[in-house]
Amino acid sequence: MTMAPAPSAPRPEPSLLRVDEHTVEIVSDPGEGAQKCGQIFGRVSAKMGNGVWTVEIIPAEIQPPARTPSSASGNRIRIGTKPITNWGDAANLVVAFNEQVLLHRHRLGALAKDAVILIENRWATHDDPDICKAWGDAMEEFGTASYRFIEVPMEEECLTVIDNPRRGKNMFALGMLARIYSRDLEKIRGLIAQEFRKKAPALYDQNVALLERGWRWAEEHLDFRIDVPAVESTRPMVVMNGNQALAIGAIASGMELCAMYPITPATSASHFLSDIFDKFGGVVHQAEDEIAAIGVALGSSFAGKVAFTITSGPGLALKTEFIGLAVMTETPLVIVDVQRGGPSTGLPTKVEQGDLLAAIYGQPGDAPHVVLAPATMEECLLCMTTARRIAEAFRCVVIVLSDANLATGVQPFPRPEMSEAWLAQPPDLAPVREGVRPYDWDPQRGISPRVVPGQPGGMFTATGLSHDEWSHVGYTPDVHERGCQMRSRKLAVFQQMLKPPAVNGDPTGDLLVVGWGSTLGAIEEAVERARQVGLSVSSLHLRFLSPLEPGLKEIFQRFRKVMTVEINYSDDPNDPFVTPENRRRGQLCWLLRAQTLVDVDCWTRVPGEPLRPGQILQAIHESMPQGASR
Amino acid sequence: MSDACCSLLSAAPESEEREWTLSDYESALARWCPGCGDHAILTAVQRLLEAEQLPPEQTMFVSGIGCASRFPHYLSTYGFHGIHGRALPIATGMKLRRPDLNVFVVMGDGDCCSIGAAHWIHAIRYNPDMVALMLDNGVYGLTKNQTSPTSPKGMPSNTQPRGAFLPPMNPISTTLGVTNASFVAQTGDWLPAHLYATLQAAFRHHGFSFVRILQRCPQYTTAIYDVAVRDPNLVELMVHPDGVVVPELDRIIKNKVPHDPADLDEARRLAEPDGKIRLGVFYRNETHPVYEETRAVPARSASEKLALLGAELDRYAV
Repeated sequence: MTMAPAPSAPRPEPSLLRVDEHTVEIVSDPGEGAQKCGQIFGRVSAKMGNGVWTVEIIPAEIQPPARTPSSASGNRIRIGTKPITNWGDAANLVVAFNEQVLLHRHRLGALAKDAVILIENRWATHDDPDICKAWGDAMEEFGTASYRFIEVPMEEECLTVIDNPRRGKNMFALGMLARIYSRDLEKIRGLIAQEFRKKAPALYDQNVALLERGWRWAEEHLDFRIDVPAVESTRPMVVMNGNQALAIGAIASGMELCAMYPITPATSASHFLSDIFDKFGGVVHQAEDEIAAIGVALGSSFAGKVAFTITSGPGLALKTEFIGLAVMTETPLVIVDVQRGGPSTGLPTKVEQGDLLAAIYGQPGDAPHVVLAPATMEECLLCMTTARRIAEAFRCVVIVLSDANLATGVQPFPRPEMSEAWLAQPPDLAPVREGVRPYDWDPQRGISPRVVPGQPGGMFTATGLSHDEWSHVGYTPDVHERGCQMRSRKLAVFQQMLKPPAVNGDPTGDLLVVGWGSTLGAIEEAVERARQVGLSVSSLHLRFLSPLEPGLKEIFQRFRKVMTVEINYSDDPNDPFVTPENRRRGQLCWLLRAQTLVDVDCWTRVPGEPLRPGQILQAIHESMPQGASR
Repeated sequence: MSDACCSLLSAAPESEEREWTLSDYESALARWCPGCGDHAILTAVQRLLEAEQLPPEQTMFVSGIGCASRFPHYLSTYGFHGIHGRALPIATGMKLRRPDLNVFVVMGDGDCCSIGAAHWIHAIRYNPDMVALMLDNGVYGLTKNQTSPTSPKGMPSNTQPRGAFLPPMNPISTTLGVTNASFVAQTGDWLPAHLYATLQAAFRHHGFSFVRILQRCPQYTTAIYDVAVRDPNLVELMVHPDGVVVPELDRIIKNKVPHDPADLDEARRLAEPDGKIRLGVFYRNETHPVYEETRAVPARSASEKLALLGAELDRYAV
């Protein structure tokens, strides 16, 4: 560790470090705006043509005690010359508003050994001896690391512009970062204007003044700058987080009702939707509970206006019975589960991929339906139309599994070219031909045309009881067998329409890493690095989890070993109590073993944060099959 | 129920002028026990549909689970026989996006007051324009005689064989206690004229019309209402021009109390148990906003949506 006050004399020519990518973190106590600073930094970097991936650092409470490790709130922004697909391994540069929140990141191993740390300078010499001591203790703990600390009089500088530095440090920090990374100030001003367009213009002026103050301070005091060359995209791009993408995707799919109940980390999608949905003829209905939310969506869908509900793990559990009802009545319905850590209340703000089996098999009885998982922010947007179309075409339930990493992370992607074909059609209320039955199952496809209330001649009573083609309740063996068979058959037919997944890397080799959901970027980066050091590794990423995409067994057989990488719990095979017989495996791993009868292994972790490519790389090294080529 | 905000009606094909008859609403033979009060309720509902000339395709009956919830199967309108306690959210979703439909909800006492209690309370508050019938026989019948929230204290059942431990909840007082209560009435299956008149008043009310129908279960709870059936003096009718007026009953039921359904305080007082079975409209208020109207938004054409989406994406443009 080196500890130096900021150089006092202005440096005429700071050193310029040119890199392909760099990872920045900004951490503060909640309410000090580090998240806002990080978001704007990420967005301006995207606007300038850098690859970007941001991850929120969120405490569980709204206002936890300040200056404690558990109060760390902020953002990690990884920027690169090429597209960035994950949050990387460690931060290279950190802006910390106090040493305690920095300690939190240090203890998590989130900081690179040689990280540069710009830290508020008022704590070391604070009037409160407890604070000075805490500072000293923290510095001692940092001692083993070789960070470069630069003390910054953030508060002092901010006080020249505003009275309450807690409400402005973030813009000062943004100014410093803008100078260090040569961000376009004009673009930042535009983003600040967007942020405060609903508030007083005075706030805009104040924020811009703080921004410029931060820029100037960095210009006058820092001896380095960092250049991550940007390549302006030739295609129009947009930048947003996964929940915003889900919301826009829902609108673009033509759905006009989102029925929800507040739950983290799903709710921000509804916030976003609530703001704009009515312009599109849509409604966000905040129901009295999770069960009512899916009930309202189901009612609307049955009445011909396909709707969706959005939730997270605990809410998915509560919706279970209704999912069965939608399956039984063959009512099209889209359910979005933005996964968080479980079981129970678990880790409400943190990422996990723990709901896969619950999503597929969570319903009592046989309840076949579709489960799909977007892997990027772009896919969050696109998958909503896919989900709505499948739900309507197959009269089925579609569960979309996103997660906290996609929900709050921000990534630029090509602006989607939406068309009228994406939108749901208004219900056709034409009379139903005589003799047409409400479940006129086509034995070739298992599907039956949907009849909607309002259609003369189509009247029937949908029921969650076992029923025949007329929707007449029937308890006889043949009626129940046939209903189950038809509801299953349409899924079989659907599966045959899917394409086999593409293998990333060589089609054969020693190890195939299989993933799903938000881990795509981290897995592919790890695989790329493994291949660079000569390992024979490829990867494959699934979007459809139920039914599974075709051709998996054939692909798996071309590799000496297959291993899933997932953010859910599995037993460590080296655990003294764990044997091959009792080992509980990752959720996708179970599925693939059952489906393919291939001895698929898994490497999974539940750290409450996205997987780091470096961790996955290490797991790859350790998992290479015996005798693998080097 | 008024037919306000029928945005989708214009999309429906013009149905030819035809007169609906009782047989247009009849379906499968009802499979309730002989002597079950549900038969009388079904007949009254069919009469109402005919009298109001509701097109079967524009009419939706939503139910939960229980004896009462078999109701939609015995009608030839559209029906949705869902899961236990959850009829109201389904119906709310239908009304929200298809306000052109006439929506009726049929629940039992376990459905409404126990497993679905949260939805009941909140449906009153949302105040969608629909009729909610609670067929209250004071017992879980379909699952074979378990204590329900409205079982009288001391009534033995299979789950409380030495008698119900708790006094029954009062669904009328409960409903009257919820913000936005709009129409609250009580009637009995053994007084078909009163039942019909109450259903009609409920249907014609604009808002959430909650009707508790005291319903005899010949299998398990004959004792609850049989005394009142035999002795009309146990019944008191609330009468008012804005409530239900049933001249046919004048000769049978002598106890009458004038009650203006606009008077909420008096309604709450009359709902308190005092040994009388009180029938009629406790409360009626059409001034509360109706949820699907509050949440109505202008429909957008596909091209309008795309233009707006483009503008939305501009905000995220790099």
